[in-house]
Amino acid sequence: MSKSSEEVGRSQTRPPVRVVLAKLGLDGHDRGLKVVARMLRDGGMEVIYLGLRQTTETIIDAVEQEDADVVGISMLNAGHLTLGPRMVEALVAAGLDVPVVIGGIVPDEDLSALVDAGVAGVLGPGASADEVVACVLAAADSRG
Amino acid sequence: MIPVSAVVRSVAELVAAARGGERRAVARLLTLVERGGAVADEVAERSWSALGGITEGSTDGSRAHVIGVTGPPGAGKSTLVAGWMIRLVERGCRPAVLAVDPSSPLTGGAILGDRVRMADATAAGVFIRSIATRGHAGGLALAVPGMVRILELGGFDPVVVETVGVGQVEVDVASAADTVLVVVTPGMGDAVQANKAGLLEVADLFAVNKSDRPDAADVRRDLELMLDLSGLTGHHREGVADRPSITSTVAITGAGLDELADATETHLVNLATTGTLVTRREERWRAEVRSHLDRLLLDSSHQLVDALIRGSLLTGDESSAGKSPAAVARGLALLLAEQMTEYLDGVVEDDR
Amino acid sequence: MNEPRENHGFRTLSGVPVDVVYGDGPEPGEFPYTRGVHAEMYRSRLWTMRMFAGFGTATDTNARFRELLAAGGTGLSTAFDMPTLMGRDSDHDWALGEVGRAGVAVDTVEDMADLFAGIDLGAVSTSMTINGPAPILLAMYVVVAEEGGVDRERLSGTLQNDIFKEYQAQKEYIFPPRPSVRLVTDVIGFTAAEMPRWNPVSVSGYHIREAGSTAAQELAFTLANGFAYVEAAVAAGLAVDEFAPRLSFFFNSHLDFFEEVGKFRAARRIWARWMRDRYGATDERSMKLRFHTQTAGVSLTAPQPEVNIARVALQALAGVLGGTQSLHTDSFDEALALPSEDAARIALRTQQVIAHETGVTNVVDPLGGSAYVEWMTDEMERRAEEVFAHLEDLGNGSLLEGVYAGIENGWFVGEIADAAYRYEREVNAGERIVVGVNAFTEGDDPSKRRLLRIGQETEDLQLKRLAIVKQARNDVAVADTLARVADDAVEPSTNLMPALINAARARVTVGELVDILEAKFGTYVERVVV
Repeated sequence: MSKSSEEVGRSQTRPPVRVVLAKLGLDGHDRGLKVVARMLRDGGMEVIYLGLRQTTETIIDAVEQEDADVVGISMLNAGHLTLGPRMVEALVAAGLDVPVVIGGIVPDEDLSALVDAGVAGVLGPGASADEVVACVLAAADSRG
Repeated sequence: MIPVSAVVRSVAELVAAARGGERRAVARLLTLVERGGAVADEVAERSWSALGGITEGSTDGSRAHVIGVTGPPGAGKSTLVAGWMIRLVERGCRPAVLAVDPSSPLTGGAILGDRVRMADATAAGVFIRSIATRGHAGGLALAVPGMVRILELGGFDPVVVETVGVGQVEVDVASAADTVLVVVTPGMGDAVQANKAGLLEVADLFAVNKSDRPDAADVRRDLELMLDLSGLTGHHREGVADRPSITSTVAITGAGLDELADATETHLVNLATTGTLVTRREERWRAEVRSHLDRLLLDSSHQLVDALIRGSLLTGDESSAGKSPAAVARGLALLLAEQMTEYLDGVVEDDR
Repeated sequence: MNEPRENHGFRTLSGVPVDVVYGDGPEPGEFPYTRGVHAEMYRSRLWTMRMFAGFGTATDTNARFRELLAAGGTGLSTAFDMPTLMGRDSDHDWALGEVGRAGVAVDTVEDMADLFAGIDLGAVSTSMTINGPAPILLAMYVVVAEEGGVDRERLSGTLQNDIFKEYQAQKEYIFPPRPSVRLVTDVIGFTAAEMPRWNPVSVSGYHIREAGSTAAQELAFTLANGFAYVEAAVAAGLAVDEFAPRLSFFFNSHLDFFEEVGKFRAARRIWARWMRDRYGATDERSMKLRFHTQTAGVSLTAPQPEVNIARVALQALAGVLGGTQSLHTDSFDEALALPSEDAARIALRTQQVIAHETGVTNVVDPLGGSAYVEWMTDEMERRAEEVFAHLEDLGNGSLLEGVYAGIENGWFVGEIADAAYRYEREVNAGERIVVGVNAFTEGDDPSKRRLLRIGQETEDLQLKRLAIVKQARNDVAVADTLARVADDAVEPSTNLMPALINAARARVTVGELVDILEAKFGTYVERVVV
């Protein structure tokens, strides 16, 4: 039986993983984002919650000053194929080696395009707390 | 295009880069200090010497005006700090903010939501770092002075440490500053809460936020009354002749923030001219040394006590049988003292 | 297309004759309307089958509108794209990548005209789902109607225009709360005087529920918002009975069948009592709560999407048995993207099956009298009253002030976030089964999912359209009409609608109007509560 995300959190001797969590674009739905924030907190992570209507610039500022380990962005409006790669590119251009995890409605056929664009993980709308925490931790670990 | 660096820089490189004003280096050093351990020690040593150590003008190595901001939750502190910092930027300052939020005692995680409330400040160039308390009592008291020092190294001034002032730890953190600002709001019994939290003894300045509310006059009056009382009972900060000033603000519109900026600057000037600044910074330095000492002794004694427990010296031993727990402890303390001397010799050896 | 009911004299499928209503207690159509706002309900007129549509350019959506009307839909409901919802033009920085994706792009009155091309606005009822810039879109609609020869008094429809729930749930706000409520009451006052067949506000619980609230919270927050608007309109100088008959509501229809039915019935009862006893309404139309229902988008699953057809059918049934006046059924593929044509048609057919094949429309409030349903109605009411008491307390006796306070201190947002999280944990822990997601997962075929894609061409096309309008219009008229809007905006007692209509006629854009209002009213910055 797999550990609950809380057990994983407590058993970690590593310092808490710091995640910048944001939504790109104009969409105002933040229910999922808030739920994910709580899941990550319960999984022992520190969530720098930026919330709605962020731009790649504001996210990069935060990643830099907060020395974040992972960026989590949420999108519901089918903008993932433009906004996802754009976020990765912006981080690379700023010289920040920080993995990006995308959450939202992403059809399977778009997954390989996102992976090719450098996205470190994709979470669907029905992902459980364990899956969310595991995905973000794996992304944090994937960093050199 | 800046190439993504695959190389992890050394502490020395990071310190040099931070001194040159590189934000990324500052951020990375903050992380290293936060994590503690040997690397944090190295950062402490190098940043200390890079700052120039203790001098006549800086009796605790300080290079910036350190301001603690605290107060009951819901007072709008983040909005207030954001607006105030923007005005300081306009006045030519380079402010930085450490925003502290509590970690979940159960999971060790945290949601750090101050940054999002200060979005306009980051846009104006204010450096903002969110810190979680990470659940170690006293751990925060260790990390924050070190982090403040990194921000000073990076050339930021003033450095604001913002906490939610409901616990002793947060009050301690806020009071490890040159100037302590307590923010209250009308209608929530804030003045009473602030008093209970011990904030009235450490406050240098007050801000009554949301002062456009009809009951703002009440909270101001409550504060004045409590200050009168504390004056009568002798509870006031050492060496400060003046009563703490009370500034009315409406953070969301910006009203009163210029006055607040003036008040904090004036406070710093007063501290300097009355010689109180030197005293406070010396006390801060002593407090920081004490924190480290506590940590050192606590860590070493815990390890040894664990060993004692494992060696069953604390359970059902004949020599303990007739003694009270306090007496048993006293006996063990002597044993511990010997073992600790050995242990600490090893620790201190590294510094030689 | 609301024809009289088919003539089978109200008999079951097997020919058994049935009465209008069964059981004791207040009759439908009688105060407090628990059993329904009309005596005959669907026996004399079916609910409106109002299908929400909108994507791409106005021309694209116009085609979908016409399809839906031809397929038997009886009312139009417009979904706008994100830039329009947020009051920005398609050429604004923030619009990049978003034009025409979540709905139709409307920048000027020319887009509005294309949207309704070939549709008789005097004959069809139109709902516009927009909030922050709602008065502007209404102004454009009026101009289109009048330029097409239809007087404003004949226009029938609804403007969502419910700004409170934006701060609480949907987050499509622009200005701070108080000036925004002024805009709402301006629309209420304007329509009361000049557009008697128009519903100026659709007080919405749908979005609150989608954000994660419970059924009782949805009910309570929605009605509280409704009461708050009543107080605001009265404070603006209107008499209750002047405007209240045209206030309408919009609820979610979610999965727990009887909870939903109880919620709808409680809503009617609460509204009736409060309007009569608290706000002094004497016209019974002020006391009758009329509502539109949409099935719960948030309950749709991405895996095994066809199963959503079953969910939607049951949710729609709950809405009908709850006595809704109008219904939108979600398409089964909506968990993934905007609905495809086929899926939208199935959703409409679902309503038609309920209306014409199941016989549930033969009797009014058929579930009334059930011990469970009556208990649930009472329970929903009781829980709502607790919330009203809290808000009244926060507002020192005024629900309007209580709602403002709850917005400002994050109370609504916190309650909703807590409820959402609780639900999520239950699903995670397996305490709550979601078919296809945490149970019964065999049978999912990801490769079969077809999605509606909006390409970049839409955005390019819309930018061209906008540029053409801007070039062709009279710049002097634009400047003049904008100046008038600015002047009227700073006079709280001046109704802004006439100035907005003038500006719309001069082909001023949505973004230009929002900019000028923002300059006068300020921008709302949310105090984030996670």
